Amino acid sequence: MSLPADGLLRLSPEGLHCPVADVWIDPWRPVPHALITHGHADHARPGSGEYWAIGSAEGILRRRLGASIDLHGLSYGQILRRNGVRISFHSAGHVLGSAQILLEAGGERWLVSGDFKRQADPSCTPFEAVRADLLISEATFGLPIYHWQPTATVVAELIAWWRSAPQRASVVFCYAFGKAQRLLAELHRAGVEEEVLLHGAIQALMDPYRAAAVPMPPTRPLSELDRSASLAGRLVLAPPAAQGSSWMARLRGAQCGLASGWMAVRGARRRRGSGRGFVLSDHADWPGLLQTVRQSQARRVVLTHGQGENLARYLREEEGIDCSVLSRDDGRSESRSEED
Amino acid sequence: MRSFCRLFEELDRGEGNLARIQALASHLQRLDPADAAWTLHLLLGKQRRRLITARRLRLLAQEITGMPEWLIEACHAQVGDTAETIALLLVGQGRSAEGANAIDSPPTSAAALSPRPSPPAAANLDPAAADWPLQRWMEEELPRLAGLDGAEQAAALAAHWQALVGGEILVLNKLLTGAFRVGVGPGLVVKALALASGLEESLLQHRLMGEFRPSAAAWQALLAAPSADAVPASRPYPFQLACPLEPERLAGWTPSAWLAEWKWDGIRAQLIHRSGELFLWSRGEELINASFPDLLAPAAGLPEGTVLDGELLVWPAAEPRPSSFGELQRRLGQRRPSTRLLAQAPATYVVYDLLEAEGVDQRPQPLLERRRRLGLLLEALGQPQLRPSSPLPLADWDDLERWRARARDSGAEGVMLKDLAAPYGSGRQRGPWWKHKLDPLRLDAVLLYARNGRGRRANLYTDYTFALWTPEDQPIPPGSGGSSGDPPMAGAAEPWAEGSAAAAIGAEPEGARTGRRLVSFASAYSGLSDAELVEIDRWIRRHTTERFGPVRAVQPELVFELAFEGVQRSSRHRSGIAVRFPRISRWRRDKPATEADTLATALALIQP
Ligand SMILES: [Zn+2]
Ligand SMILES: [Zn+2]
Repeated sequence: MSLPADGLLRLSPEGLHCPVADVWIDPWRPVPHALITHGHADHARPGSGEYWAIGSAEGILRRRLGASIDLHGLSYGQILRRNGVRISFHSAGHVLGSAQILLEAGGERWLVSGDFKRQADPSCTPFEAVRADLLISEATFGLPIYHWQPTATVVAELIAWWRSAPQRASVVFCYAFGKAQRLLAELHRAGVEEEVLLHGAIQALMDPYRAAAVPMPPTRPLSELDRSASLAGRLVLAPPAAQGSSWMARLRGAQCGLASGWMAVRGARRRRGSGRGFVLSDHADWPGLLQTVRQSQARRVVLTHGQGENLARYLREEEGIDCSVLSRDDGRSESRSEED
Repeated sequence: MRSFCRLFEELDRGEGNLARIQALASHLQRLDPADAAWTLHLLLGKQRRRLITARRLRLLAQEITGMPEWLIEACHAQVGDTAETIALLLVGQGRSAEGANAIDSPPTSAAALSPRPSPPAAANLDPAAADWPLQRWMEEELPRLAGLDGAEQAAALAAHWQALVGGEILVLNKLLTGAFRVGVGPGLVVKALALASGLEESLLQHRLMGEFRPSAAAWQALLAAPSADAVPASRPYPFQLACPLEPERLAGWTPSAWLAEWKWDGIRAQLIHRSGELFLWSRGEELINASFPDLLAPAAGLPEGTVLDGELLVWPAAEPRPSSFGELQRRLGQRRPSTRLLAQAPATYVVYDLLEAEGVDQRPQPLLERRRRLGLLLEALGQPQLRPSSPLPLADWDDLERWRARARDSGAEGVMLKDLAAPYGSGRQRGPWWKHKLDPLRLDAVLLYARNGRGRRANLYTDYTFALWTPEDQPIPPGSGGSSGDPPMAGAAEPWAEGSAAAAIGAEPEGARTGRRLVSFASAYSGLSDAELVEIDRWIRRHTTERFGPVRAVQPELVFELAFEGVQRSSRHRSGIAVRFPRISRWRRDKPATEADTLATALALIQP
């Protein structure tokens, strides 16, 4: 346990809890009042009494947690007061409607980053740097081997790969919520106007993005395409779980790729089996993590997700920041980022 | 160099084999002979000289990046490879934290090449070093770098790192540490060569056997028209290999058309006598003359122009069966065996085939004829260390199973079945040769320790140590003792290469039932699917009881069936036994740990 005992937040069996405001942030189990940073499954879980989240996340949350959840939509920067605690949501640049959550009381500012990235992303609001006294940050890619190239470089590589195989289909595996729509928006930005085919799991999450007027090429579920239609030269997006499933039967002979930050390392690429790796992540890379910690000016930093130990030691020893890792080794499942 | 690095990236991507063969063939066609020769040499994994240690490279990277050593080690643990770790760190170095926040720039060729670190000392460097031909790098620059000392070497290397881009840094580092491998097998390389040259694969394979010293002349000789083929005396033939027998095929065959013989558990080797010289080649294409003087002396009496294919074994004269593979390993490791070792572990060459006689290639002859001549030849030689493999009589196919059932008692690992009418082929062909191996021994064991894998599995816990039950009060059985330096058996030695987990941990967990404890006995890292590995990795992270450096001790709950080829007593292992070629055959989700096997069961499997 590495949160100060008398602070605004503590770690309860349900997750991060603010006893004064009587709210939990991204709770693992049902609670009366849940503040949700974003709609990924390791952050948004069903069964809670009331939910608060950014308004543009509503479509996704209702689809994932149930249409009838009691959900309060907020806008970025809007202030919510509960028992003397000022609560506000700030853009995390991670996926549509993703937020960092700031709690203020007694002159203390506690910031929970949720998942975030610092790169520009045409499918969501850009990251907002927020000052805090204590920062609880993700550290999924907390090693200096992870540093992202400009997105346009990776997307250009992907387009060249796709265009090099006009006689067969090209399937890119990418996380269904966030990564897929970001890719589509990036394709649009790179001038792609033709229709992209989607796996059903991605199709199911397209409406909120269309509603938010994110510019993307036309899309259609693969299942709606006539059986006799040729897939030569077509680009198909599918979640990683579809790899090796019966859904792939129709795509026999297609070239495959995977878009993920882990693809930065050759070993991880090879473990995925055959297929091309595209290094594209919705999380901050090492420089992005350092920059965020510095900009927050936090006196104390607590890390979750992934390579926390190494980043924590680096911040302690090299930057003189009081930093530790939030221990979850108390029987709950280790929370791996859903969309890594 | 630049184009070689691009080729490396293309081959490394793991796209389909056909695409890789085509990419390699067209690349080779574009090169001049010397660069093509070096490319081939590197792709065949023959550049194994270490010019600079991986540790020194990491220290240098530490100096240049200014990162603390522990952080570089942590990166190394995640990546699993020094060369790649450094390439990733250096490419990342140039990117300031502010840069990461900048709006993405449009793609340009330079964007992919990322900014560079500044070297500690700017050495004079040809800015076009990346464009130097591969030959220049291999023949001049790398030896020059290796020859520099201390600060000069650091400055020269730093200058290269600064001038090269990510993929090139990776390749340079790998060449320097002697760790350059590409994920393409020799078969694929030969196919590409055949495509590029129009020559037969078998001819190319033959020409590539033995030594290939990269040079323009060697490349030209490799691709010369078949008639111009002058065989160097040392060159072995490609080995013919067998496929696992499909027993349902037997019904259609006549036993008398087949030769059955033991499949010995030694080292396959070719013995060549040409131009007054002897050459003993292992299947791994290593010349192992130096390790086996006791075979070369009697072989000197073979007629000029003879090539034999057989199995190297340690087989003391008075013994009815060969010694274990461990004894042979003692011999392989010694390039100058002592008289004592020669007496303790005398070598024998059991000959399977005659590939060349009186300087004439015998491979087109049917096996029946080759074996007839081989018998006459070895009889005339009259040296017991070179003996023909004895046929196992087959009256009917039931006899084959009877022989196989006796294989373990005979010290063999199974039975070979060879078509008596077939010529000697090259490589693994289905049809003429079949191997009918023994069923492996199996034990159900409990997972006790795990550590992360290497290379592509560096961020998963995939290397496991397994344990068996033993009564609490029972002392560990003493090892076979014998010689003091009991050799480690392949794959079965200490749980971890360095700092054995079991050694670091005094006591092992107690059993659920009192009076029993678990004793670790084998490590294995292969045999599970990627999906299972990921699932077990998660389980390990949640059920860790203690951590010892990279090793995690886990709750003794999961049971796996291990398959292995043999058990020996060993004083070097805390269990008192060593198993050969252990691998995981399946995850016994159905078995609780209490029902795993005991050490006594394993001891009962030891051959008398
Ligand atoms: Zn997320
Ligand atoms: Zn997450």
